[in-house]
Amino acid sequence: MAKILVDNVRHSYFAEPKGEEDWALKKITLECEDGGAYALLGPSGCGKTTLLNLISGLLRPTEGRIYFDGKDATEASPEQRNIAQVFQFPVIYDTMTIYDNLAFPLRNRRLGEAEVDQRVREIARMLELDTILKRRASGLTADGKQKISLGRGLVRTDVNVIMFDEPLTVIDPHLKWQLRSKLKELHHRIRRTMIYVTHDQTEALTFADQVVVMKDGEIVQIGTPIELFERPRHTFVGHFIGSPGMNLLPCEIKSATAYVAGKAVKTLKSRRESGDHLELGVRPEFVSFAEEGIPVDVTKVADAGRFRIVETRYNGNAIKLLVAEGRDIPSGKAHVSFDPEHTQIYQNGWMIE
Amino acid sequence: MPLELQKVTKRVGAETYIHDTSLVLEEGSFNILLGSTLAGKTTLMQLMAGIQAPTSGRIVFNGKDVTGVPVQKRNVSMVYQQFINYPNFTVYENIASPLRVAGEAEENIDRKVRKSAELLRLTPMLTRRPGELSGGQQQRTAIARAIIKDSDLILLDEPLANLDYKLREEMRDELPRLFMDRKRIVVYATTEPAEALLFGGQTATLFQGRVTQFGPTSHIYRYPCDLTSAQVFSDPPLNTAEIEKRGQRIVLTESIEWPAGKGAEKLADGRYMIGIRPHHITPEAQENGAATISGRVLVTEISGSESVIHFDMKGQTWVSQSHGVHPFDIGSLAKLYVDIDRAFFFDSSLRFVGGGG
Repeated sequence: MAKILVDNVRHSYFAEPKGEEDWALKKITLECEDGGAYALLGPSGCGKTTLLNLISGLLRPTEGRIYFDGKDATEASPEQRNIAQVFQFPVIYDTMTIYDNLAFPLRNRRLGEAEVDQRVREIARMLELDTILKRRASGLTADGKQKISLGRGLVRTDVNVIMFDEPLTVIDPHLKWQLRSKLKELHHRIRRTMIYVTHDQTEALTFADQVVVMKDGEIVQIGTPIELFERPRHTFVGHFIGSPGMNLLPCEIKSATAYVAGKAVKTLKSRRESGDHLELGVRPEFVSFAEEGIPVDVTKVADAGRFRIVETRYNGNAIKLLVAEGRDIPSGKAHVSFDPEHTQIYQNGWMIE
Repeated sequence: MPLELQKVTKRVGAETYIHDTSLVLEEGSFNILLGSTLAGKTTLMQLMAGIQAPTSGRIVFNGKDVTGVPVQKRNVSMVYQQFINYPNFTVYENIASPLRVAGEAEENIDRKVRKSAELLRLTPMLTRRPGELSGGQQQRTAIARAIIKDSDLILLDEPLANLDYKLREEMRDELPRLFMDRKRIVVYATTEPAEALLFGGQTATLFQGRVTQFGPTSHIYRYPCDLTSAQVFSDPPLNTAEIEKRGQRIVLTESIEWPAGKGAEKLADGRYMIGIRPHHITPEAQENGAATISGRVLVTEISGSESVIHFDMKGQTWVSQSHGVHPFDIGSLAKLYVDIDRAFFFDSSLRFVGGGG
């Protein structure tokens, strides 16, 4: 187990990087506490897999250092760093039994058979594989195989960190729920440092204690799921997290009051005077139909089962809101209001604090 | 111009891929095939398109029997999960290719390519090659190529599965707009209940090579015809248990008894299966507050906007999904409220007998 520090790391896949765009990672500093559950979340090309590979030692950073428990590990190989990895596609031996697949990483480290047996059975029990240990892996479905992959990643007790690179991508939705909650339960039980890379906000938010949101080779915000949801520090986080993302409306500020297209709106924090590129951000969860407020036209209603996503327009801007199952939705003209506690002002993308 | 599948089956060797299926897809309709991997979605689409011939049964298009007519002779477009484009063609030429094959006049090609590109927001990318595009742009190019010719039938086989979560959300918003005011029949395969719901249209639930139900999406979500259809159309998974109806009560265990609620009120006494959607079990009281359950918490997932509580119910894992932040500790007892009026009830052959809505 280890605390990991990524210290001012920059990485480029070019031998001689020139412009900013040549850097896959611009400048990253990140600390992972021992035993924590972390997610690296961002769209394709944001640098999350590069960062994962730098931590695991598959890549050497162009600049900066990486420390494991205070010791410089920048030049250490993945073996020396003592990590376990689970990939997007199952990495297992089809011809071996499930038992031998799970035992493989332990036998590889020359553990005694008695200890191997105890560890394999323990992890198999947690993953509900204990009744089929003698079966060959080849007959299993994709999710069954991925469960073994997870087991192989989790079976060793001596690893510093377990890394997951989009491990649930190939899994059907109803099994995703099962494996995801299993993983969370396992983390709670074994308290090993885990780093989970994904583009899927649901996976990141439900698995991790701390979510690292990345964009264009930079970290935009690190926070708990609740912080990212309630106080996105950047409009990108507001948009990327939440489904649908945060509503962003151009606004002005006059004597510390925000105006959206001439209409005064109460917000959490404001500033005195108008400035460059000001936007008001409010999540669809914090918008509701009201007797008075911002006049809108209801343009679209989409059923999401437990709620409806209602799209409205005001002065050329789209404002989305969520309405619970069973509640009435006005048609045509209506008014909406925002919860001031969850309405924030952004300047040039960053929240005014 | 409806497309009809009449008692269609598909067998390969001893294995049955598609069991006796009859469906009518209306002109201008958006139809969703919803089911897990290997449920038969792709086979069913290939039968519709003529890529595979059925073992028995007939496929009728616009009143004409087209069974066994190969895909090349049918006016069909397909989009697959993997982005398929010509790597050495520009986006423009990729989109234009079906029209060139059909020998259309150059001025028509240009007009149609620009219109499709505009619809799919590809106008600035027209001179690029697929390798220079993001995954989302590549898939939009494939979709633009599929919609450019006036095909009668367009089949989309999990087209968003390989895209990032957020891109998928945007494309879900855009896709139905592309097919508004068009006469063609759209068929869209997905493993995700949420996707089916957001698209609306008509949904067919598939399970092990069978269409278990077909109808307006929102209706079959709220009124499944049997337990299997309800399970296929549930994400997170449906909570189920055997119950006994006794007078105006339903009995789950010696210690858990609930009022029968709207769904079971009129049922005769006896044994049934109950199905409860996760969002109908919440830590906050429901309007009908009389149905409660104390569950030992297995794990809680909090996404910031929602809490998902996995708890033990008579040795089974049940799931509650609710708005807001409800941080229950692992191992603690959570008192949860059940919206019993919305629960589903199924008889001993697992047919729907009441509830929902």
